[in-house]
Amino acid sequence: MIVTESLSKRFPRVTALDRLSLDIGPGVTGLVGANGAGKSTLIKILLGLSPATEGRAEVLGLDVAACGAAIREHVGYMPEHDCLPPDVSATEFVVHMARMSGLPPSAARERTADTLRHVGLYEERYRPIGGYSTGMKQRVKLAQALVHDPRLVLLDEPTNGLDPVGRDEMLGLIRRVHTDFGISVLVTSHLLGELERTCGHVVVVDGGRLLRSSSTSDFTRTTATLAVEVTDSDTHPDGTAALREALTAAGVTLRAGVEDGLPGAGHILLLEAAGEETYDTVRDTVAALGLGLVRMEQRRHHIAEVFRPEAAPQPTEVPA
Amino acid sequence: MSNGTTRTGTAPAETTRIHNIGYRNYDGARLGRAYARRSLFAQSLRGAYGLGRSARSKVLPMILFGVMCVPAAVIVAVAVATEMRELPLDYTRYAIFTQAVIGLFLAAQAPQTVSRDLRFRTVPLYFSRPVERVDYVLAKFGAMASALFVLTAAPLLVLYLGSLLAKMDLADQTKGFAQALVSVALLSLLFGGLGLVMAALTPRRGFGVAAVIAALTITYGAVSTVQAIAYETGSGGAVQWLGLFSPVTLIDGVQTAFLGASSSFPGGLGPGTGTGAVYLLAVLVLIAGSYGVLMRRYRKVGL
Repeated sequence: MIVTESLSKRFPRVTALDRLSLDIGPGVTGLVGANGAGKSTLIKILLGLSPATEGRAEVLGLDVAACGAAIREHVGYMPEHDCLPPDVSATEFVVHMARMSGLPPSAARERTADTLRHVGLYEERYRPIGGYSTGMKQRVKLAQALVHDPRLVLLDEPTNGLDPVGRDEMLGLIRRVHTDFGISVLVTSHLLGELERTCGHVVVVDGGRLLRSSSTSDFTRTTATLAVEVTDSDTHPDGTAALREALTAAGVTLRAGVEDGLPGAGHILLLEAAGEETYDTVRDTVAALGLGLVRMEQRRHHIAEVFRPEAAPQPTEVPA
Repeated sequence: MSNGTTRTGTAPAETTRIHNIGYRNYDGARLGRAYARRSLFAQSLRGAYGLGRSARSKVLPMILFGVMCVPAAVIVAVAVATEMRELPLDYTRYAIFTQAVIGLFLAAQAPQTVSRDLRFRTVPLYFSRPVERVDYVLAKFGAMASALFVLTAAPLLVLYLGSLLAKMDLADQTKGFAQALVSVALLSLLFGGLGLVMAALTPRRGFGVAAVIAALTITYGAVSTVQAIAYETGSGGAVQWLGLFSPVTLIDGVQTAFLGASSSFPGGLGPGTGTGAVYLLAVLVLIAGSYGVLMRRYRKVGL
């Protein structure tokens, strides 16, 4: 769907993209990065609206520099910011946008009715957009990106400004865009948790460089973590600290967890599960110290971990 | 819908239909850039008269359209009733005579045409489609100029039909009508371009309205005042050059020089053919310049 080869974009003061090479296949792909990581710049280049400083990019097998218009005919784009005029109805607006994509008038009307229904707008679609809730506006923005039945949609922060329920509904909708409509999706976000649930593949960029690209199952598998909690005893008033020392001595890697700062986090040790033997080591160590083992459980990890400081200096690319 | 329905069983098909309301792919025609540009042009032109928009936004343009046509209708009525041999007002003079109405229409509708897309940030949605910057600018420019042309040509048509009704000299009337049409076409392009540039540079609609009104009335007021002073103080030669500094007097100058109009400058001291060429050049440069500025304005807007 999308291929980039050492794609760079430099502005006079900043480098927005730095030799970014990606290969994104069909399906739902998440593009994760902090604000300013180069996500929007990448989308601009992929739509053929902004020339790359160096490198090349292909969308749907077409070169972005040469075939921008052909790409835009078959790609949908949902911007991050507000883009809806308040004084027209969703129907009028989406019909107009469908015609701007080249759909004949009757097809534009038919597709608009279908698409608005699919994104969950019914009677309200005849009312002016100005009176819509944020969730409804996001649906209209999604509808205008889908109305011409693109092969790929680029969604820029579609869950921005939504409450948790609206967020879940939008994520569900995005999944359906692929599973039910057969349209591939590139969705950006700075929230990793929600992409983990929605996307089959996640690309992490930071400072315009590729930090990581792999399927979401890889992310969670390679970061299997054990959470261990123990009681204190008379000989070891701080059981957690004692266990930490003993485990470190035994060669088990401890890690600072994402749960730091949560209530009770001080009593939970997170350690890397290298294999079956780690479980035995923990059991034996706890027994040797004479502590009570409150819990030892596997933590399904969040892709937020790729942002942990120690992961940053070694960008790894795991082929999907 | 026929492809979305399935017949089930062997019972009478009319009663047992399951409508498949799942997602349907679109494999029909995609008509491309030229079609999108035409659609945008049509939508913007209709929008300038409030068509396809709320009832409230029809009020002002329709009132102004009426106000433009009423004097023409009155003139025709009087001419027919009193069996005049000639219209009391030249065709070419009509737009100069009603310039305030034209200015108001432009001030109200130019921001409507371009500022809305900028203010609500709809422009990136256009540019994420096959529509290119040049298509967008041409469609908007064309729509604004066409809206002005409709506004200024309609009363001329009323006058022309009225003159035929009053059995005035056909050749004479047709010539005057045709000359005036060329003149208002130039006026529409010039005013449309200037109005759009001012509106596009001010995303806030109110500022756009004020800028257009100010640019038209202040320049016209200043030019006519200085012209009058120059005429009174005996430097009549300056009058024809001063007219270069306001859009209305520019059009006046061009039609005086080339389209058989009598000038509304003080003492009727309109430009001759030589100076008139400068006027025409100025008009064309301004129209091309407006287009250039609009193209530049939208260069940075993409996304």
